[in-house]
Amino acid sequence: MDDIHRLIVDQIPHLRRYARALLRNPDAADDLVQECLTRAMDRLHLWKPGSNMRAWLFSILHNQHVNAARRLNRRPDKADPERDHDALRPAPPEQGSRHEVRDLGRALEQLPEEQRQVVLLVGLEGLSYQETAEVLDVPSGTVMSRLNRGRQLLREIMEQNGTPNLRRVK
Amino acid sequence: MTAPDPVTQEDLHAYVDGRLEPADELRIEAWLAEHPEDAAAVHAYRLQNSRLHDEFDSILDQAIPPEMEAIVTGRPRGAARLPRPWMNMAASILLLLAGGMGGWLLHGTQGPPPQGPAGTFADVAMGAHRVFVAEVRHPVEVPATQEAHLVAWLSKRLGTKLRAPDLTDAGFSLVGGRLLAEGDLPAAQFMYEDSGGQRLTVYVRAADETGDTAFRFVAKDNVSAFYWMERAFAYALVAPMERTRLMAIAHKVYGDLSPR
Repeated sequence: MDDIHRLIVDQIPHLRRYARALLRNPDAADDLVQECLTRAMDRLHLWKPGSNMRAWLFSILHNQHVNAARRLNRRPDKADPERDHDALRPAPPEQGSRHEVRDLGRALEQLPEEQRQVVLLVGLEGLSYQETAEVLDVPSGTVMSRLNRGRQLLREIMEQNGTPNLRRVK
Repeated sequence: MTAPDPVTQEDLHAYVDGRLEPADELRIEAWLAEHPEDAAAVHAYRLQNSRLHDEFDSILDQAIPPEMEAIVTGRPRGAARLPRPWMNMAASILLLLAGGMGGWLLHGTQGPPPQGPAGTFADVAMGAHRVFVAEVRHPVEVPATQEAHLVAWLSKRLGTKLRAPDLTDAGFSLVGGRLLAEGDLPAAQFMYEDSGGQRLTVYVRAADETGDTAFRFVAKDNVSAFYWMERAFAYALVAPMERTRLMAIAHKVYGDLSPR
């Protein structure tokens, strides 16, 4: 395997982790990663050697995800970023019982998707704010505001539902 | 405490994510000591990050599904459209570049410009740069936390007294280093990173021939390098950076690495 293919294969575990956290459904997540890899190989001639392979692959994955949602005509409404209509996610959980939201995955599901993406890219994948802005193709100020709102909301969800590690209850 | 810059929500997130300079971290820590609400938020955000890892990191340890790897490795059509790998780049092109761009003389005792070997040398150093700066989990073999061990080990293998250049003033801190093989020769690579995640590498190995040279510059595919020979060792500084800024750092690297 030559270097460039090695660089891509090395990112597969990270792409899978992000897709799993984003979509929750393992099959849908791996399907998305496969679409991303297929697309990346088709566009490999556009990758600049020495540039950031991780950011490049994540941006392809993000675009594939957005396109899939758009194909299903369920794309999150840009005019109303607080609403979340992600067709690829499983149905939202029943109104959270205390038990259910202890599952971090379910708490994440309650975030608007645009916030969830930023919380995951930064907090789980360790992307810099600049990389996250590139991946999502938004200004870095937007990344910061989504990160702030996403983390605040996640905190409220988790604290409201009595996560044992957090005592502060609203 | 003198009135410091007010701490913003952005600062708190950058603190949580380890994206601040040490001085700013201290400023935030002082602030948090007096602002329990913000300290609670920071605690909650950190907990979120660690719980995300608890929940999802197991995927990193799973074997890569063969069908995924096959998409990447089993489609030579995509690879055929790539530019030739830099490692195989014809040395003659490098020679042209090196010949055309040299000229800044480091000091008085100039040998002839490094022809073939140094051209190949810069090529290899840039190749090693590209391969390892892209690494997320294993960018270095020995991290900067074990700098003394790293330097002693690489010095022993290369047979010269190395040190890791201090590039703090240029905004870069040491990530660590690794031992590489260039043909039969051991080579050392130090990696540095700035607060924005930009990485540069310093590559050192025994020279193919003796004789000191000037700094020589080469740029290719968004990566630039200054390289030179000094008393039987060849050095390269590689970064995705324009020439002037890279040269300033090259001075520092030269000063720190030059045999004494």
